[in-house]
Amino acid sequence: MSADDAKLLETKGLTKVFGTLRANDQVDFDIRPGEIHALLGENGAGKSTLVKMLFGSLQPTGGIIEWRGEPVTVPSPSVARSMGIGMVFQHFSLFEALTVAENIALSMEPDVKTSQVAERARELSKQYGLPLDPDALVGDLSVGERQRIEIIRCLMQDPSLVILDEPTSVLTPQEADTLFETLFRLRDEGRAILYISHRLEEVQRLCSRATIMRHGKVVDICDPREETAATLAARMVGAELQDIRPAPVSLEAAPVILSVRGLSLAPDNPFAVALKNINFDVHSGEVLGIAGIAGEGQGEFFSALSGEVEQLPTGGTIELRGNDLSALNISERRKKGAAFVPEERHGHGAVTGMRLTDNMLLARHKSDQDSFQSGGGLGVIVRSAIRSATDRVNAAMDVRKGAPDPNAGSLSGGNLQKFIMGRELDRQPALLVVNQPTWGVDAGAAGHIRQSLVDLAASGSAVIMISQDLDEIFSIATRIAVIAKGTLSEPTDAAKMSREAVGLLMTGQTSDRAEVAA
Amino acid sequence: MRIELIKRADASPLFSIASPFIALLLTMIAGVIMFLLLGKDPATGLYTYFVQPLLDTWSLEQILVKATPLALIGIGLAVCFRSGNWNIGAEGQYLIGGAFGAALPVFLPGVDTWVLLPAMVLMGMLGGALYGAIPALLKTRFGANEILTSLMLVYVAQQLVDWLVRVPWRDPKGMGFPGTPSFPSGAQMPKLWQYADAHYGLVLAVVLAIIVWFVLSRTMKGFEIAVLGSSARAGRFAGFSARRMTIFAFCVSGALAGLAGIAEVSGTVGKLDDKLSLGYGFSAIIVAFLGRLNPLGCLAAAFVLALTYIGGENAQIAMGISDRATRVFQGLLLFFVLASDTLIQYQVRIVSTAARSA
Repeated sequence: MSADDAKLLETKGLTKVFGTLRANDQVDFDIRPGEIHALLGENGAGKSTLVKMLFGSLQPTGGIIEWRGEPVTVPSPSVARSMGIGMVFQHFSLFEALTVAENIALSMEPDVKTSQVAERARELSKQYGLPLDPDALVGDLSVGERQRIEIIRCLMQDPSLVILDEPTSVLTPQEADTLFETLFRLRDEGRAILYISHRLEEVQRLCSRATIMRHGKVVDICDPREETAATLAARMVGAELQDIRPAPVSLEAAPVILSVRGLSLAPDNPFAVALKNINFDVHSGEVLGIAGIAGEGQGEFFSALSGEVEQLPTGGTIELRGNDLSALNISERRKKGAAFVPEERHGHGAVTGMRLTDNMLLARHKSDQDSFQSGGGLGVIVRSAIRSATDRVNAAMDVRKGAPDPNAGSLSGGNLQKFIMGRELDRQPALLVVNQPTWGVDAGAAGHIRQSLVDLAASGSAVIMISQDLDEIFSIATRIAVIAKGTLSEPTDAAKMSREAVGLLMTGQTSDRAEVAA
Repeated sequence: MRIELIKRADASPLFSIASPFIALLLTMIAGVIMFLLLGKDPATGLYTYFVQPLLDTWSLEQILVKATPLALIGIGLAVCFRSGNWNIGAEGQYLIGGAFGAALPVFLPGVDTWVLLPAMVLMGMLGGALYGAIPALLKTRFGANEILTSLMLVYVAQQLVDWLVRVPWRDPKGMGFPGTPSFPSGAQMPKLWQYADAHYGLVLAVVLAIIVWFVLSRTMKGFEIAVLGSSARAGRFAGFSARRMTIFAFCVSGALAGLAGIAEVSGTVGKLDDKLSLGYGFSAIIVAFLGRLNPLGCLAAAFVLALTYIGGENAQIAMGISDRATRVFQGLLLFFVLASDTLIQYQVRIVSTAARSA
């Protein structure tokens, strides 16, 4: 592969129209061998659409794609792979019950032997500093290790262009550093890397060029190293971002809203994490940040607090303003003043195939029974009341949508998350438990969501924010605790915590894994 | 080479409405091919099947008779299928409902009051619901696949009813024919008019279609069914229980199938005999899908299916076509309904594996 300045891939006037929406409008973009190129933009700016067209998952409405100077059509991802384009998705598609090598073999030709795949995977993992045991069961691996499988699967095809979608959103700072080493090695071999991220510090550290998109158009191409995070963000959203600052609270004076003592939960499936003896208090006016690597028990912790568990916790108490919640289901917990925003928007926090008004009813049919239902035991749905509540939330959270009452699935991730968050905030809950509030959400919406969490706390409520994003934790949490292997560290004043200390807590109790990553 | 189904970004609303009609049209085209293969004139065939039954009052009335159980069962199945539970055993629930209702006149000979029929209807619904609860409990307690268990229970019900009418419940004065004694007048579903075959079961079907439509589209129960049918996890987040919904959905569809059974026994036959199992419980699956899982749509679809039954009988008499052809028509109809629905939601793409070898 030559390292000359010839363009590896170029698009000219690439356009994709969905109905009346121009998701990509005359996009001119290029990437050269041996560069790490950032693709920046808010959710809904058209990054995914562009990448899907390059990878063959979507067909352009107009414009051309040139590969090594030749116009090409990319009818499917398999054709893209055979051309030399590899992609590592944000959400992995792995079978937990199969081994690493078997998972990789699944994406190869049927006649390739798993043993050959294992051999090749072992070579690649050595060559690129991606420690991975091909015989390990995927179900036993951390998210960072699973991502390495996806990267190795992609490298098996020896791609000239590697596309990575939000790769560090699931990693610890230490794991991210390992990934960056790999990316630099790939770049030095002359491969091109297209790096999609909303973490501007990373982009500045990794990338020599950035293409910034807004509303389906390319608004700027720049060298991120010559910019500040603030100027990059401003170009992404088209305006300067406001600074979010939590209001200071004195814990001694503030009453305890939620008190959890000795909470334990047995795993309900082979891949679940057991919660072990969790103790903490959350006070009025406080945002308690729960940091941790993905899959360390955050989902189980959230379910134990929300009451969405099959069996009730095996031990401990959960007291909200003096009421014991542990025997109550999620609807009864909501009626006691709790509100919940889960990590997964699609099919958990919202039903994608249902309208926003139906999704309003989804979480509030019991807490707002008096206004949303009539007819006594018949439970006749009062559409007008639900519609006005939905309108109120959409206005308060600036939810951008294409129709008066669209299906939840047609909203961009950021707008759907704003709606879900607004649905809960609108109730003025005494306690809000939120898991990954800004996962995959653009900078503008993320700022709005974080500000609303801070405002809720300032009004006297308590907020528990589970997040893998340390920037987020440090920007708004008043106290920080770390979840690792189902146990929770002692919550500590955020001002007294350093990133290094949190990073150590995230990995400290999982030293075996840290050694593998080292 | 591999064939993939890819979800369309937005399904055409026009085609979503037109889908049952497209399916009907395709069924007729396939019917033409079938008639040609059988060496019959396709024009006469289609006329005999789909037009002639609409031209004389006797056939029209028979359509009402057959549409009654099809509509009742189809409405119940629509509720069940919407909730994501697959009850394939409505035929069994229909039979057990008929037997439960028939138990009253069998065990209370000589009793003939107006209370008898309502009590039989309630017993029929109870029997169907209880029989439907078996696969539901097997699913929620042991994770057994409800499609298999509900289907297998149909054969159990068929043998059970067959035994009942041949041994313990057989009419001693029945010349050895299997069947209970004929019911007293208080145990017979009233006819719609004098000398009619069509009975008030049809009125029950219409009333229930409206009630179930209202529940599904306007109440929390309908919302709960829709949520759990599309995402169990979101349902749990809403505070709904998927297990309880499985039992509820099977009991409702079982009760309506049982009602269809007792309506058939008390309204059409006037006693329980060995000819109750006519496959209505299976044809009603087609009714549910052709009616787009909408109770009012199911009511309309029941008439279409009833038409194929009567048309099939006509064709057998007039053209010498086996009554199996009716089953073929119904099978084709289900196939085309499901295919149209799928192709409206998804597009087909053929992926050649050769292109993947790099």
